[in-house]
Amino acid sequence: MAITDAPKIITSRLGHDDSYTLERYLATGGYSALRKAFTMTPEAVAAEVDAASLLGRGGAGFPAGRKWSMLRKNPVTYLVINGDESEPATFKDHLLIERDPHQIIEGVLISAYALQVSQAFVYLRGEFAFGLERLQAALNEAYEYGAVGADIFGSGFSVDVVVHPGAGAYICGEETALLESLEGKRGFPRIKPPYFPAAIGLYGEPTVVNNVETMANIPWIVNNGGAAFAALGGGRSTGTRLFALAGHVRNPGTYELEMVKTTFRDLIYSPSLGGGIRNSNALKAFIPGGVSAPWFGPEHVDLPLGQDEVAEAGSMLGSGSVVVMDSASCMVRAAWRITKFFFRESCGQCTPCREGSGWLERIMHRIENGAGREEDLDLLMDLCDNISPGVAWPPQQTTICVLGPSIPSSIASGIRMFRDEFLVHVKEGGCPFD
Amino acid sequence: MSHFNPDTRARAEELVALYPQPRSALIPLCHLAQEHDGWLRLEAMEEIAGLCGVTAAEVQGTATFYDMLHTEPVGTYVLSVCTNIACMLGGALELLEHAEQRLGVRAGGTTSDGMFTLHEAECLADCDRTPCVQVNHRYVGAQTPETFDTLLEDLQSGKLADAVPSHGTLVRVRRSVGLQADRAAVAAERARTAEAQAARAAARGAEDSS
Repeated sequence: MAITDAPKIITSRLGHDDSYTLERYLATGGYSALRKAFTMTPEAVAAEVDAASLLGRGGAGFPAGRKWSMLRKNPVTYLVINGDESEPATFKDHLLIERDPHQIIEGVLISAYALQVSQAFVYLRGEFAFGLERLQAALNEAYEYGAVGADIFGSGFSVDVVVHPGAGAYICGEETALLESLEGKRGFPRIKPPYFPAAIGLYGEPTVVNNVETMANIPWIVNNGGAAFAALGGGRSTGTRLFALAGHVRNPGTYELEMVKTTFRDLIYSPSLGGGIRNSNALKAFIPGGVSAPWFGPEHVDLPLGQDEVAEAGSMLGSGSVVVMDSASCMVRAAWRITKFFFRESCGQCTPCREGSGWLERIMHRIENGAGREEDLDLLMDLCDNISPGVAWPPQQTTICVLGPSIPSSIASGIRMFRDEFLVHVKEGGCPFD
Repeated sequence: MSHFNPDTRARAEELVALYPQPRSALIPLCHLAQEHDGWLRLEAMEEIAGLCGVTAAEVQGTATFYDMLHTEPVGTYVLSVCTNIACMLGGALELLEHAEQRLGVRAGGTTSDGMFTLHEAECLADCDRTPCVQVNHRYVGAQTPETFDTLLEDLQSGKLADAVPSHGTLVRVRRSVGLQADRAAVAAERARTAEAQAARAAARGAEDSS
């Protein structure tokens, strides 16, 4: 089945066993975009990224070019790359870091030049031990090659890049928590406003925070022009994107697909992609953009993979992770496990999130294990409403960061779509799928 | 007298030198201390405090926030079994139950011989190979109860010693160079920019009030 003939922008080298080496990178056009960028003014480089309309690939989907332009008034001091990839079932940055680390480094260097910063940090979650080794080895090669450091390629531009390990905390994917962590502190998200680290970032200085996958797109954009990137995809969702497909499909994996012109059906069922549901079961539900996103049912599979298109249908494309659940899956157990995750990862600063997540987890646990009551369904929704008033999408927020309002998504989706299944758990005093 | 051996101490000082403010090296130094001791000892946290210019309490405050930093001893091998959504759909809860029975400890516990600590992990970002297991934060691929038993045997016999260093060693590739960009020039440039900005702001202020 034709999945559009869009070029592979960020996964072009992954077919090579040695895709992570400098040798392969140079043999496949590596660091040519950085050389090209040095023939342009920093403003012209930033303008190409702006013209590409590249939406940030971390989860919030804020245009990278606009993030950068906020800093023109305020010269940027630091560039920080978010490689904390911890949204459950998201594993795309993992692939890029291990398999094409030079592409990320080149993206960082071009961005550093466009923003005129002299120090960049790449924050990787600590559990990426192998990724940390791969990226550090690539960075060492890049220094030796003269692509990083002082007076790069004789351009007069200098920048240092530091690979920084996290230590295991989902919340550090939230950019202000990541900055706190990078300052050696607990990963507590900062109170907003200011909404953007562009105003007050690392050490209180203007800082740009971009995702790993966002960086990986930059070399192609500089080489081919922002317009060529913007010609791919549709609407506001330009270019291609890495989708991490997990759960009950025959071929889970990461797939680079043209945005909007590809649908969830293509991703899940195409023989060259997901290959359909395991054991030829029926699709029961899927989570379109990380566990913070409200769930979709089979009626939504023909939605295009586009940020605004998914938002209009009441969820989000988020981190680009799609979790498929088949007809043999228990929706109560799925919602319980997701809730347990938020309970464990809540940083504890805000009462609705800290307390609410624990209460929700305990109620979900008792329903799944046969001690639930019919009125628990209303109690769950009432608790959700306390965390995120109205339990709507996009959600209202009562907390410092968006972890709190992400908690109700799975429970509210579960009750809305599978109320009867919850009630069967209560009436039969246990899980019918056991 | 340093708690660290001379090589570790030298590496610690190299790490501190990479950051505009020393306290940013705190988490990397905690990893280094775990490489040195297998876990995060109070003496190490005191030394890290000195290196970062913070108090030992602040180091403890940070360390206790993060799953990977252990302020109590752990086994030679920390087995992280992810049970989050994608892995759960792939049978992770059953795998964790098997692991608990096989090791004779509940999740969070360490075997009496000090060999294994079992950890129920949140998503480890390897969701196309489920259930996902890491040993000392190194992926060992999707596991079934049967392959899990083989994995334990291989770890015990030392067969995987090269692939999986003992707990604490996170990154075996050392940064080859220090910072290269001229920091003094950078600082001077920043000061000039700030001065120019302040001058422009003052000029705007004068215009506004006139």
